[in-house]
Amino acid sequence: MSKFKKGGKSELPAISTASLPDIVFMLLFFFMVATVMRDSSLMIENILPSADQVEKLKKDRTAFIYAGKPSSQYKQLGEEPRIQFNDKFIDVDEVQPSVLEAQRALTEELQPKFVVGLKVDKETHAGLVSDVKQELRKANTLKVMYVTNVESKQ
Amino acid sequence: MAKRAAPEVNAGSMADIAFLLLIFFLVTTTIEKDKGLLRSLPPIDDTEVEPPIIKQKNLFTVLVSRDNQLLVEEELMELKDLRRAAIDFLDNGGGTNAAGESCTYCKGKRDETSSDHPDKAIISMKHDRETSYEKYIEVQNELVAAYNFLREREAQRLYNRSFQSMLEEKEKNQFNKDEKLNEQITVIKTLFPLKLSEAEPDK
Repeated sequence: MSKFKKGGKSELPAISTASLPDIVFMLLFFFMVATVMRDSSLMIENILPSADQVEKLKKDRTAFIYAGKPSSQYKQLGEEPRIQFNDKFIDVDEVQPSVLEAQRALTEELQPKFVVGLKVDKETHAGLVSDVKQELRKANTLKVMYVTNVESKQ
Repeated sequence: MAKRAAPEVNAGSMADIAFLLLIFFLVTTTIEKDKGLLRSLPPIDDTEVEPPIIKQKNLFTVLVSRDNQLLVEEELMELKDLRRAAIDFLDNGGGTNAAGESCTYCKGKRDETSSDHPDKAIISMKHDRETSYEKYIEVQNELVAAYNFLREREAQRLYNRSFQSMLEEKEKNQFNKDEKLNEQITVIKTLFPLKLSEAEPDK
């Protein structure tokens, strides 16, 4: 009997917090992985317009076309709105090959469901957008999503 | 002094450091979910077929001028009135569709001078090259809202649930298709087909 009493501490041992960092690190890694950094850095001003009748966009089948005024770093390009696709400025007539290339990069099942996301600054004039749409029609990529901010319902 | 064993490094503050990082990432993360208006463009049609003649009364013209003013059926209109006007136009049901059926589910005024049937009613939108994109999206949004309103109403009437929830359910079960639900969605879509045409701006 006395064998068990030998070390005889009567108080409760403190709960070990040694695994707390592990738990927190696990959460940390989750958030680090879940965070999506913006994949193409914008070279234009891009404040999206607002709408409330919106649908969700499926990222896996989408290529984005940005348009807007060149941002302050690219002031030398002037004030006229420009089109940006994958980190570079393109002209209207380059839209078609760029989009087709993006479509080919998708898996075969997704190619027919290809959507072009238009992220256009709200100050841009609509003529540029209709030029882009005309090019998309020529490329036969007819699904277009006007990406917007979601306005809360009043 | 006697030599002491090196003390164990206290790992207690490790949690604090990790928490700090965690909170940093929590704050900076915006799990980005893009949303927007999904539209289909018309394919380019080179065939020289004479387009069918559309009666003026079946056409709802929306024009956005270069100073972002809204002209609906040649009259100035405020943006907030557009949705109502579009709903009234689509829901009018003054005549019959191509098959000679009159619109039994329309709740409009049945005005002879407005659209015959939702099947025939076309909203035609035109904008100037100088129109701002913001205005353009606002107008598009209102017109889509008009269709959504009517589809919502029909979903409530026929299936006693919201159209939005039906679409969401379809989205969720995209791997095991629910035939009944898909059929219901198609029914509602054919009751008010989205006929929103866009004219190219003048050069």
